[in-house]
Amino acid sequence: MSEKKFSKKHEWVSLDGDTATVGITKHATEMLGDIVFVEVPEPGKSVEKDGQAAVVESTKAASDVYSPISGEILEGNKSIVDDPGNVNSDPEGVSWFFKIKVKDKSEFDTLMNKADYDKFCAENPS
Amino acid sequence: MEVQKTALYNYHKGLGAKFVSFAGYEMPIQYKDGIVKEHISTRSYAGFFDVSHMGQFFLEGDETLADALEKIIPADLKSLKLNHSKYSFLLNNEGGIIDDLIITKTSKGFCIILNAACKENDVKQIEKFLNKDHKYFLDNDLSLIALQGPKAVEILEKLVPGVSNLKFMTGDNFEFDNKNLYITRSGYTGEDGFEISIPNDKVEKLISFLKENKVNAVGLGARDTLRLEAGLCLYGHDLNEKINPIEANLKWAIAKRRREEGGFNGWEKIKKLIENGSEKKRVGILPDGRVIARENTKIFSESGEEIGLITSGTFGPSVNAPVAMGYINTKYTEIGTKIHLEIRGKKHGGKVSELPFFKKSYVK
Repeated sequence: MSEKKFSKKHEWVSLDGDTATVGITKHATEMLGDIVFVEVPEPGKSVEKDGQAAVVESTKAASDVYSPISGEILEGNKSIVDDPGNVNSDPEGVSWFFKIKVKDKSEFDTLMNKADYDKFCAENPS
Repeated sequence: MEVQKTALYNYHKGLGAKFVSFAGYEMPIQYKDGIVKEHISTRSYAGFFDVSHMGQFFLEGDETLADALEKIIPADLKSLKLNHSKYSFLLNNEGGIIDDLIITKTSKGFCIILNAACKENDVKQIEKFLNKDHKYFLDNDLSLIALQGPKAVEILEKLVPGVSNLKFMTGDNFEFDNKNLYITRSGYTGEDGFEISIPNDKVEKLISFLKENKVNAVGLGARDTLRLEAGLCLYGHDLNEKINPIEANLKWAIAKRRREEGGFNGWEKIKKLIENGSEKKRVGILPDGRVIARENTKIFSESGEEIGLITSGTFGPSVNAPVAMGYINTKYTEIGTKIHLEIRGKKHGGKVSELPFFKKSYVK
């Protein structure tokens, strides 16, 4: 696994060859609260950078999950669909949302690194 | 309007509450544990809720007071016994619900608990029917704490001996730290419990005692999931001025004598609805799977006809499934009727369900 990069919409991405794994950040789960429903995209679906790709709902509200990178969905994580609470317990590990075959790797480089993302969160409290 | 805060605002802050603006008040929506844990611990042990934003409206007067209030409230107030409470509502001329409320007979008159967002207007609506001999005031020097859950009685009895003798929907005066408390056995979670009306300067002392007894604070978020599982309405969502009690499936809250005699706002309309039925009715809805049908989700029949709208929907932590309420065409209200819910452009299955979703455990 390569280093993780982060989007302003609180998704993380890691890149392995031309396969990216996308999830939501710990910060995002803290803002959302208890996650009770997840919808992940079907394989084969193509997504654009910053396009809506998945749905996450907490007891409070529904939120869209965007793909920080363009490409074709390879797999959605069924285990978080079956047990959405796992997203709260391990958002940046086993509870990834989807894997995607990346169209343009340069999009990955435009995302924030961990330090920049932490700074972004501190400057933009919700 | 300036944002209002309850007497416990700083206390909530100290507990790490997340606040939300609600009816002009900064209210805790959840604390550190989060909505699901707060919900579950209320059902398995006990939780306390600061509901001091709600109106505590006191009315004093002679026997003409009950006559006056009966013009806008369809409860049987004339025969309401001292310290007994009823769930009821304020009605407009069309039979629409101006607010839902709990009214209790006190020694001097009545006390009405009103929704925070409605309380100022409620007083104006009630005022119209009062005369110069009736005194009334919204008491802002009192906090209101709901203590809810199976351990509520055991814990509160230690601090305020005698509360365990109260039956559901009755109340009494008690002494605490040389001050008078008015406590009713009631609440809005489907659990046994109490609502404690207490002077603002004593509320932290009460809360400290509850915390010592491992009762955690519960925010508005879990209050919403608890009341929805219990099948209880939230004003402004499940009820409003365009909805009447018959559609809302709250006919039981209109006293039998009042249904027959009338003499209250909207009675003509309500009488007709009782005789002929209403076009739509409030029902419970259980979506299939885990998808949540939130407020304003459109409801369709199996054949694709649009038949209603969800008014409250969330994930029910005790039911461990999504739960919702809404209004649908009366033709489709039979329990078990299959429906479709349009969520994010896709149709999902669901069915009409009995209410409550979670069995109530009131001590009657």
